[in-house]
Amino acid sequence: MKDKREIAQELYNTLQLTDNALQDSQTAHLYVNHNMVVGSHLLPGLTADVEETENGISMLFRVQAGRRIARPVHLCFGMLPAKGLQEIRLRVEIEEEAHVDVLAHCTFPNAVDIIHRMEADIVIAENAQYSYTERHVHCPSGGIQVVPHARVHIKEGARFRTDFELIKGRVGSIEIDYESTCEARSVLEMNARINGTGSDLIKIRETGHLIGDSARGVLTSRIALRDQARAEVYNKLTASAPFAVGHVDCKEIVQDQGVAIAVPIVEVSHPKAHVTHEAAIGSVDDRQLETLMSRGLSEDEAVELIIKGLLK
Amino acid sequence: MSILRLEGIRLVLGEKPILNNLSMEFWEGHVHAIVGPNGAGKSTLASTLMGLKGYRDFEGDILLDDESIKTLSIDERARKGISLGWQEPARFEGISVRDFLRASSGNKPLKELNEVLAQVGLDPEEYLNRSVDKTLSGGERKRIELASLLVMQPRVVLLDEPDSGIDIEALERIFDALRILKSRGSTIILITHSLAVLKQAEHAFLMCHGEIVDKGVVDKISGYFENKCIPCAHKNIPGSEV
Repeated sequence: MKDKREIAQELYNTLQLTDNALQDSQTAHLYVNHNMVVGSHLLPGLTADVEETENGISMLFRVQAGRRIARPVHLCFGMLPAKGLQEIRLRVEIEEEAHVDVLAHCTFPNAVDIIHRMEADIVIAENAQYSYTERHVHCPSGGIQVVPHARVHIKEGARFRTDFELIKGRVGSIEIDYESTCEARSVLEMNARINGTGSDLIKIRETGHLIGDSARGVLTSRIALRDQARAEVYNKLTASAPFAVGHVDCKEIVQDQGVAIAVPIVEVSHPKAHVTHEAAIGSVDDRQLETLMSRGLSEDEAVELIIKGLLK
Repeated sequence: MSILRLEGIRLVLGEKPILNNLSMEFWEGHVHAIVGPNGAGKSTLASTLMGLKGYRDFEGDILLDDESIKTLSIDERARKGISLGWQEPARFEGISVRDFLRASSGNKPLKELNEVLAQVGLDPEEYLNRSVDKTLSGGERKRIELASLLVMQPRVVLLDEPDSGIDIEALERIFDALRILKSRGSTIILITHSLAVLKQAEHAFLMCHGEIVDKGVVDKISGYFENKCIPCAHKNIPGSEV
């Protein structure tokens, strides 16, 4: 029977990290395997009140007002078993003027039949900054359903950025649903970069409401699809305040029998707001492909490099 | 000695003959120019030589070292030593200058990537980690493309309108790079309608209506081009009367 430290290390080993964050006293971390906290190290100004539930955890994650956490906080929500359900309920409170970057590692390296759900309520108080980078490690055969849902309230002058990346393995099925409300002079940035293969299914629904004067928002998605993978991207940005500015940007490369649907929705209800959108779906660009092939790369190598760049 | 030879190339796009019975010979280690007004078929010829999509179905033959490359794909031609610098270089989202040069060089060491960037007048520290995307100006991308050819060192370099979209200072850098390529033994084929670029060559072909109408030393061709072609009012529609 492995102890918690061994399990935490095993989770860490799946993440392809070289920073030794688990041992670094200046880096806060919290590691969860299924419904058990297996490692935790917090720093002054940062609290994580965790309750272990039947299939996961419930956590209040808080950064105190004015605190700036120097190094990214490592959160790891993983499951080493092949099957099961993990439910993460997360309440995040970034208080006034606080600043924190979170690296959330979601690792399911042995997944055969796993469901990973996250329900998050996030409040970023006045002039605070919160960035949340979600990095997934999956099994090469997929075998997982990932369902992260979040509601985000970005208060006056605050900033929120989220990035979603799959760094290893196949997607399986993923259904991202984020809805953010942005007060005056706040900044929202949501980025998703996903490579779908096999029978992967990718659904992204990101919504930003720019309700405050001079609020700004950008929703960006970059998807590459091969084989029979399918992606549906519904990005919506609404602007209802003067000088609110936003942009929705979706680009998808489709190969083989992949299917992509992109629906950028822009809704502006104030004459001094301005929101733009662009969506491009298609095969690999001929000019890019031919340029790389004219340097001696095979077609497959050129496509690989182009997709790697798109998802970078 | 000839390195590349075209024999009776005839290319029809749609119903229009764009290249009409072209036979040309390029000498190894020389700088050649193909000059002519817009629409003469110069870029089409470059695309045909490189084997780009849409330019592979033609009559005649292309011989490299006396062997036909007509049926070879772009990358096969590149591996035999032919490469192309585009008039409007591609933009690559997320691909850094370093990755682009490395891909072009067959993974040569960083030192060589730095060298070629410096040779085209770009500071490696500033540019290596930048993406080859819309954040770079057209002139910067042009120079990076040339750097990729310098590091690749092809035997035959096709350069389509190398002065397009760049300023005078950058143009001098591009001319410097041409001299470096030549000093390393590359055969250079400049596609141009610019007299400044034409004067970098040793030998030129004058092209009009998809045909070669004259060839010879640059002074002869540039004089004819300057005095007869530039003022000429005829529309350059292949197949119509010259």
